[in-house]
Amino acid sequence: MTNRLYEKAYEAANACVQCGYCLPACPTYASMGKESASPRGRIHLVKMAAEGKIDVLRDLKTPIDLCLGCQACEAVCPLNVRYGEILEAAREEIHRRQSERPAPGDRVMRMLLRHVFPHPGRLRRLGDLGRLLQVSGLLRVARSTRFNRMLPERLSWFAKALPDIPPPRERLRFGRVYPAKGERKARVALFAGCVMDAVMFRIHRATVSLLTAVGAEVAVPAGQCCCGALHLHQGMADEARELAKRNIEAFERCEADWIVSNAGGCGAAIKEYDRLFADDPEWFDRAHRLAEKSRDVSEILLELGPLPYVNGPETVVTYQDSCHLLNVQRVGRAPRALLEQAPGVRLKEMEGADRCCGSGGIYNLLHFSESMAILDEKMERVRETGAQVVISGNPGCILQLQIGIERAGASRHMRSVHLAEFLAERCGF
Amino acid sequence: MEMEKRAAWLEELFDIFPKERVLTDLADRHAYSFDASLGEYLPEAVVQPQSKEQIQRLVGLANRHRVPLYPRGSASSLSGGPLPVYGGIVVDMSAYPKRLTIDKENMLAIATPSVITAELHRKAEEAGLFYPPDPSSSSVSTLGGNLMENSSGPKGLKYGTTKDYVIGLEVVTPTGEIIRTGGKTVKNVTGYDLTRLLVGSEGTLGIVTEAILRLIPKPRARRTVMAAFPRLEDSGCALTRILGAQILPSAMEIMDEYCIRAVEEYEPSGLPLDAEAILIIEVDGHPAAVEEEAAQCEAICREHGAALVRAAATAEEQAQIWKARRLISPAIARLGPTKISEDATVPRGQIPEMMKRLRRIREKYRLNLVVFGHAGDGNLHPNILTDRRNAEEMARVEKAIEEIFAAAIELGGTLSGEHGIGLMKKPFMEMELGKEGVDMMRKIKEAWDPNNIMNPGKIFPDRNEAHR
Repeated sequence: MTNRLYEKAYEAANACVQCGYCLPACPTYASMGKESASPRGRIHLVKMAAEGKIDVLRDLKTPIDLCLGCQACEAVCPLNVRYGEILEAAREEIHRRQSERPAPGDRVMRMLLRHVFPHPGRLRRLGDLGRLLQVSGLLRVARSTRFNRMLPERLSWFAKALPDIPPPRERLRFGRVYPAKGERKARVALFAGCVMDAVMFRIHRATVSLLTAVGAEVAVPAGQCCCGALHLHQGMADEARELAKRNIEAFERCEADWIVSNAGGCGAAIKEYDRLFADDPEWFDRAHRLAEKSRDVSEILLELGPLPYVNGPETVVTYQDSCHLLNVQRVGRAPRALLEQAPGVRLKEMEGADRCCGSGGIYNLLHFSESMAILDEKMERVRETGAQVVISGNPGCILQLQIGIERAGASRHMRSVHLAEFLAERCGF
Repeated sequence: MEMEKRAAWLEELFDIFPKERVLTDLADRHAYSFDASLGEYLPEAVVQPQSKEQIQRLVGLANRHRVPLYPRGSASSLSGGPLPVYGGIVVDMSAYPKRLTIDKENMLAIATPSVITAELHRKAEEAGLFYPPDPSSSSVSTLGGNLMENSSGPKGLKYGTTKDYVIGLEVVTPTGEIIRTGGKTVKNVTGYDLTRLLVGSEGTLGIVTEAILRLIPKPRARRTVMAAFPRLEDSGCALTRILGAQILPSAMEIMDEYCIRAVEEYEPSGLPLDAEAILIIEVDGHPAAVEEEAAQCEAICREHGAALVRAAATAEEQAQIWKARRLISPAIARLGPTKISEDATVPRGQIPEMMKRLRRIREKYRLNLVVFGHAGDGNLHPNILTDRRNAEEMARVEKAIEEIFAAAIELGGTLSGEHGIGLMKKPFMEMELGKEGVDMMRKIKEAWDPNNIMNPGKIFPDRNEAHR
């Protein structure tokens, strides 16, 4: 009965006593309403697959694919069952078996993950191409014509929600150090990531302005790359390990007090780097040391702050937790505290702010209708707050919430922004 | 032949339900093959009814084709109550439409069975009312499941159990009639009390589609006291003395030395490691009364040799005390991946004796057996932490469980205080009720369910099943 899944996941899965306390926390159980879409159900199915009672590809794949990976179940589990590990092992096994006969869609996805995401230069060129489409008006033309209807629905929503891509010169330069304003209180190394660096680098600019303003010297280490979380979500553990090694090396060289990320998902991946090297003591220790130093930007700003806020217009905002920021990094208080400190800002909590928005890395691309069901429900909760700005700490969530705003036809009086960008606005940067 | 039979009724299911409410994938079936007990049985299909008429037609189908139906709520059962032991169809009532009305004037709640227990707690409280039954699974359990298992929790001593709050039901019977029992009045002596028969019937007598529940005014204040006793006997005396002093606590929880150690090792909070028992006592009611009663409880515990007494007035301090109780689950989980949770219950005065016997059973079978529970109503939770893959140890576990049941009955108690008989305890029913007692129950079952289609294989051995 021993197979790879058994070795990797059985121990963790067997720790689940199936009490079901995770059910109310699971967004897909709520939206799909069946046990195979719940954490308890998925854990049981992993166990069944490990015991050889069901087939990994025919039976296990769909329920696992439909998991957002938000890990809200882990936060409420009375027995601290390591769902994240079980999920990862299942995804890896699915990926391994599928590699033997990949579907066309998987092939494209894997090509991108293998040949584009690991290379910041290639990603930046893609970002620039995106800007060209936006600036030249081509995208607008495409949107307003019949051409748009030829695009799959999901892509046209993404195109609509994507923020304006700034000119390439505004990107942070790898290897540069941005000096602290005033007294230098700490040296931090900024994790730039993939999509953020290629497309949403306005958030990086804002992050650097805020960090330097509170006395942090910000280094942007050269040699860093995508964190590998997307690869891991697709079960590509080997590729994720390679990326992790590159990042560990790059950040070790930088010798900073803290590694700062402004993407909840990336920060969480770094925090869990050591798990990738369970069989490699040397790399495990190095990964562990990096993880210990990893912080979310909001934590550093709160610690070194206060921020130099200026008076701004009365604004009602609401904060959507990024699942990986909250459930893996356990950061929920700091972003809210920063918002509460800002003059003129009124933070109105939505019901279920800690529940996933349905973004889930690239879940929204892969499982569009399932994701939109969760998002539309989320937007109802947002609407109830009367917020003008929806704030979050992860690029995927920001994009997803903007899609939600567009779908609700609310883009005239509501927008979705990153915490750093919003705080920078409130500091007059 | 079996396949053909299945094909015939499966086809008919799609006449009753839209196809998204009939689950037949292997993964879906496996996902409905378990509850929170150890059993695992694969159903042939799962349905999610949306109306009582659908259930009625489903019951008709089951009788025509002799297919067993297994109604289920959130499957947090610890006794195997909802397990589809003969395959057939799992009826997922957790997906039934959720409707909950609070009738403030008559202090009633009218609910469909899929409403989560905690949701009723919340809604009742918003109206200044209170629904006392509070199983520890209340954040996930459905009212339907609570009703069928007659669940209770820590408040049984003062407030009774689920059956004390159910005054009316709407039920689809195993022969497909829709009947109403009881009503909206607290007093009702019209005919047999079918409501009480159905509550705790563990899904063997029908599927509830609506319940009328009694609510009471919400107590205005709460106080919590924790006391650690170096000697187990002293905790028992303190308990008796508190009740003797005309105080009726809303909860009296006990944890044994093994629980204390496990919790303290898991997350140190200054629990005394040399204590043999800890009591957590909660009183509720009028603010002036609870203050006096809490002080009295403190004094009585000290008089009876408690080495450490903590009292909590604020919600925060109370949470701190209850934390020790809450941490039992994760703390003891580290002792073994398989947890067997029993709920043998004895008359309150026998608690120290029962605790002693449990300690002997622990030693005799060399098991990780820890005890906590609701001391106020005699409802103990001996938990055995083991690994189901270890066949040799599992054999010892089985013997230990048998001995636990025997001890409880010998001391004038019962097999199950709140988890239900389900699957695991049915071989022991005669031990408590005698052959005639079990036969009387079986006659009732046969009258209600002549084709034995409603949750068959549960609570007592079938006539053709071998006796133990």
